[in-house]
Amino acid sequence: MRKDQELLGGLVPANSHVLDLGCGDGELFEFLTKQKNITGYGVEIDPKKVVKSVDRGINCIQKDLNDGLGYLSADSFDLVIMAQSLQQLKHPEKMIEEMMRISKQAIVTFPNFGHWTTRFYLGLRGKMPMSEALPHKWYDTPNIHLCTFIDFEALCLSLNIKVKKRLVVNRNYESTWQLKLWPNFFGEIAIYHLER
Amino acid sequence: MSSKQTDSIGIVSPQIQHFDEPLPLRSGRSISQYDIVYETYGTLNKERSNALLICHALSGHHHAAGFHEGDSKPGWWNECIGPGKAIDTNIYYVVSLNNLGGCHGSTGPTSINPETGNTYGPDFPIMAVRDWVKSQYRLMQTLNIPYWAAVVGGSLGGMQVIRWSIDYPDLVKKAVVIASAPKLTAQNIGFNEVARQAISTDPEFHEGRYAQKGTYPKQGLMLARMLGHITYLSDDSMREKFGRELKTGKLSFDFDANFQVESYLRYQGEQFSSRFDANSYMLMTKALDYFDPTVDHDGDLVKCLSLATAKFLVVSFSTDWRFPPSRSEEIVQGLLGARKNVSYLEIEAPQGHDAFLFPIEDYVNLLTAFLQPEKKENSLELRGNSHA
Repeated sequence: MRKDQELLGGLVPANSHVLDLGCGDGELFEFLTKQKNITGYGVEIDPKKVVKSVDRGINCIQKDLNDGLGYLSADSFDLVIMAQSLQQLKHPEKMIEEMMRISKQAIVTFPNFGHWTTRFYLGLRGKMPMSEALPHKWYDTPNIHLCTFIDFEALCLSLNIKVKKRLVVNRNYESTWQLKLWPNFFGEIAIYHLER
Repeated sequence: MSSKQTDSIGIVSPQIQHFDEPLPLRSGRSISQYDIVYETYGTLNKERSNALLICHALSGHHHAAGFHEGDSKPGWWNECIGPGKAIDTNIYYVVSLNNLGGCHGSTGPTSINPETGNTYGPDFPIMAVRDWVKSQYRLMQTLNIPYWAAVVGGSLGGMQVIRWSIDYPDLVKKAVVIASAPKLTAQNIGFNEVARQAISTDPEFHEGRYAQKGTYPKQGLMLARMLGHITYLSDDSMREKFGRELKTGKLSFDFDANFQVESYLRYQGEQFSSRFDANSYMLMTKALDYFDPTVDHDGDLVKCLSLATAKFLVVSFSTDWRFPPSRSEEIVQGLLGARKNVSYLEIEAPQGHDAFLFPIEDYVNLLTAFLQPEKKENSLELRGNSHA
């Protein structure tokens, strides 16, 4: 079992109706279907990945997340998941609001720009940070809205969204004592369970 | 995913099924007896669980794949139906028929009206999509098919798929709606009206009784098809195909066809007018105009689609402006609202509305993936929607 799937799966209530935004080739959705008996849809923009999702037998809708979720009605899902896509959106704040409109609960994961390596990269080398998790040059990166845990939590506060649970892990989706001590410095990936 | 062999089914021959039980129609009229001509490809398995229905579009017919004896051109969807193709005849028993009111062998305006002894002509009742689906259901019964593993159709064919899914929900496991719409827009009805006017104002039309006069409205049909043809292509594909190429290399300063596109359209119109019946064309376009499955559901598409239990695949094409992606997305939105199993993809394709006939890679792979026999689906379908 993959660590990231295991961690996310732990937050997903069994039998829930789920929307997976940026579902890729449908791997997570398939996993959650088998483990948690979820129903619902994946949303993905890449045609090849849509085909792969359909090949797995999951429902996959091709849509650009930047177009918003206006085609979905309020409270039509039990849970919305968005794994590692938030930082690529034109309007992450609108997306979070939209997610909380169509579902009472959401799970959002993103890379932490407050990680010590990025801080040192910028602070000491004076260049835009690049790493295994953020491998793109500043001018062609899809990650246009990076943030730190502190930034994200401030946004949730301003949108009146409750953080039900926060898991902070390294790139292998493991936790360590340093992580627990200083998450915004040592944490590489955050998994937020949000509630309206 | 299966390999894309280019094998054809080979030689196929149509069959005719006669029906004596009157078919009541949406219009309030009925057809007392009728024939349906159809073809089948592949083999019905022992469990009778692999039947797949093809619903044809405006000018389509039963000959969807393979070759008729002596013909050099295959059926209209040969690119996608056959062994190892998107609609795999090694897996499925494919049934393809000519709709009533057509002019390729099923009872229609060119058939003899048993009440008068003359051809029906304009007296043939205007068919609605639901009437076709009802007649297809009757054919299904005579073929002893308990349910469709899938019903597949593009354009007007896609409307029949939607109708199948709500009128006979238990008999459709998978529904594939390609380049279609939940109902026509005013623009679309407008195009159909111009086509009908082109036909009905042709002096040879004689109020639809041209057969009795020993003539037919060739010019009108040509015009109707030329207009239709433009709307089935994209601006890009026409530019690519013809540009401003001249026929003879110079402008002739008269009203003959100067540009390649003009002679192409004339040729297409001419070909079409010689093989399609004008009354059939009038009637088929009306069926398109009238289609709106929400009329029985307070105009609410979600409510209407709530009746369906099939697993849906909706497909659109990027340059299709006759049935653009936004229209397919309306269907998807309705299905999402009704919590139905649905997948959707807009295929990048330059061919316009006609793209649905081409074996475009993502499209073929998508159909193949969706139509593959059950492997892990049972556990993945929305609960309560499985009716195995």
